[in-house]
Amino acid sequence: MKSAVIVFPGSNCDRDMAVAIEQASGVKPVMLWHRETEIPAGIDLIAVPGGFSYGDYLRSGAMASRSPVMAAVKAAADKGVMVLGVCNGFQVLTESGLLPGALMRNAGIHFVCRDVALTVENSQSAFTSRYQAGEQITIPVAHHDGNYFADAVTLDWLEGEGRVAFRYAESVNGSARNIAGILNEGGNVLGMMPHPERACEPAHGNTDGARMFAGLVEGMMASA
Amino acid sequence: MKARVFVTLKNGVLDPQGKAIRHALEGLGFAGVNDVRAGKMIELDLADGTSDADIDAMCAKLLANTVIENYRIEKLG
Repeated sequence: MKSAVIVFPGSNCDRDMAVAIEQASGVKPVMLWHRETEIPAGIDLIAVPGGFSYGDYLRSGAMASRSPVMAAVKAAADKGVMVLGVCNGFQVLTESGLLPGALMRNAGIHFVCRDVALTVENSQSAFTSRYQAGEQITIPVAHHDGNYFADAVTLDWLEGEGRVAFRYAESVNGSARNIAGILNEGGNVLGMMPHPERACEPAHGNTDGARMFAGLVEGMMASA
Repeated sequence: MKARVFVTLKNGVLDPQGKAIRHALEGLGFAGVNDVRAGKMIELDLADGTSDADIDAMCAKLLANTVIENYRIEKLG
């Protein structure tokens, strides 16, 4: 399985993401700088990592979503390549239109940095196949702008199609319907605020995040 | 020519920053501040003859996120 991790100026979870993917797949991801205009041939998974791309100028993820590499990521996603956006990566995916809605300032104003309980809402996706629907897992969050917003019609549409992948099982940031992660229509793009790559080794305190990467790799190997 | 773009949150979109500003004003002893909504103003220095359609496209494509924000353009001549 071949993968790529996008690196923007200000990304800071890119290397953690690369380690998590390498541990699951046995293959080092290609690190792709934001000025790249093409995704190398044969890439099965693109990760858009967390951080503060472009210093969060204008809006979190706004500048990154208009960078050259994102046009290539959009084209790849349209062809069915798996795309995982975590934290700032989720903000980049909503800003780029790959996922609906927007991520606004946390309702409580404060930056939230701690372990949170999540409920797995959809265990049928390629990203969540190693989880049980309704299962509660623990994944850390670290964000200022994680308050998911979409209008009621969009929220009903997401829920109706089972596209809410994860929900906060506790109050975290004021997200509409406690949404922590959503899928695109094709199920090949997932954006989530919590950081699965930070819960991959016993030394991290828990390994709930490792199952996401293991499930992804397993699914891709099976379909390859 | 210059143009100013005012970007504001849509009605019904929660504005935690505005709420915090209101609380701070209250803390300073200003009574009667019912609500505060915070936005941003972006000033553009443009080549003469830049079309209104182009300025509008700048707003829609980058300066505002129309999922949550409205924008208003003020041309300064």
